[in-house]
Amino acid sequence: MRIARLLRSSTFRLAVLYMALFGASVAVLMTFIYWSTAGYMALQTDDTIEAEVTGLADRYRLSGLDGLIRSIDERLSRKPNGDVVYLLTDGDFNPLIGNLDRWPRMATDGDGWLNFELEQTIDGAAVTHRARARPFVLRGGYRLLVGRDMHELDATRTLIVRAIAWGLAITVMMGLAGGIMLSRSTMRRLEAINETSRRIMGGDLSRRIPTRSTDDDFDQLADNLNNMLDTIEHLMEDVRRVTDNVAHDLRTPLSRLRNRLEELKSDASVDKHTVEAALADADGLLATFNALLRIASIESGRRRAAFESISLDDVIRDVTELYEPLAEEKEQHLEVEICGPVSVRGDRDLLFQAFANLLDNAIKYTPRGGDVRVVLEEDASGARLRIIDSGPGIPPRSREQVFKRFFRLEESRHTPGNGLGLSLVDAVARIHKARIELDGEPGLDVSMAVPKAP
Amino acid sequence: MRILVIEDDRETRDYLVKGLAESGHSVDEAADGKDGLFLALENDYDVLVVDRMLPALDGLSVVQTLRSSQKTTPVLILSALGDVDDRVTGLQAGGDDYLVKPFAFSELLARLEALTRRREAGAGPETSLKVADLELDLLSRAVRRAGRIIRLQPREFSLLEYLMRHVDQVVTRTMLLEGVWNYHFDPQTNVIDVHVSRLRSKIDRGFDRPLLHTVRGAGYKMSAEAS
Repeated sequence: MRIARLLRSSTFRLAVLYMALFGASVAVLMTFIYWSTAGYMALQTDDTIEAEVTGLADRYRLSGLDGLIRSIDERLSRKPNGDVVYLLTDGDFNPLIGNLDRWPRMATDGDGWLNFELEQTIDGAAVTHRARARPFVLRGGYRLLVGRDMHELDATRTLIVRAIAWGLAITVMMGLAGGIMLSRSTMRRLEAINETSRRIMGGDLSRRIPTRSTDDDFDQLADNLNNMLDTIEHLMEDVRRVTDNVAHDLRTPLSRLRNRLEELKSDASVDKHTVEAALADADGLLATFNALLRIASIESGRRRAAFESISLDDVIRDVTELYEPLAEEKEQHLEVEICGPVSVRGDRDLLFQAFANLLDNAIKYTPRGGDVRVVLEEDASGARLRIIDSGPGIPPRSREQVFKRFFRLEESRHTPGNGLGLSLVDAVARIHKARIELDGEPGLDVSMAVPKAP
Repeated sequence: MRILVIEDDRETRDYLVKGLAESGHSVDEAADGKDGLFLALENDYDVLVVDRMLPALDGLSVVQTLRSSQKTTPVLILSALGDVDDRVTGLQAGGDDYLVKPFAFSELLARLEALTRRREAGAGPETSLKVADLELDLLSRAVRRAGRIIRLQPREFSLLEYLMRHVDQVVTRTMLLEGVWNYHFDPQTNVIDVHVSRLRSKIDRGFDRPLLHTVRGAGYKMSAEAS
């Protein structure tokens, strides 16, 4: 999980990319070093052989075959186990002197050089070395081979290659380790910002992103975000104050109005029915007003602090039990299917309110004699409540809008209600991180998926 | 009843004092927490109405101080809406009931009466409740009216029990939801009325004297006397 996050982080990707580029340049550099050292060494060997061939040829010209043989013998005895290779044969390749027992069966390359395998016995073990020699035909048909055992050069070469390989590997490893360290520290700081954002979205607007007071770019970002949050909090505080003021300013006159109407009822000179209708209107106003304030209070997310583990199946049983007589009055068939005990984290009263609103709607809009089904399912991701009715449903084009405040379908304008029931459901669902889906044709299938308690 | 109203908002205070006086209660008032606490400690009130937000000393501190000085006077806490989760803290501080503004005066009155009655009933667990010829046996969970057995669903039994415990008092729909269903919520429809009318059809139908009365604009009342 954390490794996956690390791999996805842009800093890490950047570090890997940088490392790849850096590794490639190191590789180019190393190749150049290899080429210049190993190549130079090979060139030097060739030059030495070349010089020796010339020297020996001069010797032959000056002191004949005997002189040449002596000279070779002398050179061989000076370095009995050295890396020099000499062979002098007659025209039929019969060895006259040298430390090779026969002429190598190997063709020369284009430049007139012979590359062959040299078999030697060192400390009783047979080893093969690569050798490189220059064949030369002397006057009189004699053939001279002067060469070098290349194993030292090869060993040096291997050493260089190995050093280069290790160098590259270490570069890559250090680059990777550096990349991980860099990304981890960046990720930690980003995570601090993300965590704060999540908490703020969760309703805790007072949170701020921590800074290190180093005034680096992260601190600047944090400062800017914090300033933005201050502004948002300030604005929201203003809105809340306005709402509270409206609440305060409307509360008293509304209550007084209601009270006066109540007093009027005992007055014999007024029409009782009119007063009662006016009282009902005042109550309706108060109810709408309460619902609005309630939604605002739920949306503020403050109640999330009081979330506890609740048994959803009990809440649903209670809701259906409360509404069952209502369905019975309308001769509706109310069916409840509960899969078993389901526990979620949440606010019992709010969930009850949300389910009650949904069930209330289902019963209200389903015609007499219809069906209402309440289903509670559970799977790995969480619980899912479905309320399925055989009512008129909600046309697909209006499904998004029904959660908006005061929205009412044209068809249901004549039924009682304030258009806030589903807004409240939506607010409750949101603070529970639940997802609401509207489906069903015909009828309506409302589902609310509440994620499982962590 | 002797009632003390501690509320800083003048209009609300006047409204409460006037309403409570008109309902036949003797009312004292205080405009801030300090004065309120002083009055509450000095006198023996039947019930206190305390606003949560008060100058000098806030409502919860008033209740806490009262409780720590062994004053058991029932307290109803008033609070502005928007602090919904305050209900719990309010009750934890020692409040006995909680009412959110705006409220109907009848709701407040019903709750105040329920609070004082709860206190009077006080000691000793009851085993049966009786209103006129209606009897409810809490142990065997049997209900009889004029000797005739009435069969009730468990929830109907709880509903009847609640109503009978608050005999001769107005009980509001919200009080029923909180007391019988144990949920704080706002029903959109007359769902409580349906439950009550079902119960009424079982206990009142076929008898010459109705015991379960509807109080218009307020709620219900269980009473042997005609309303």
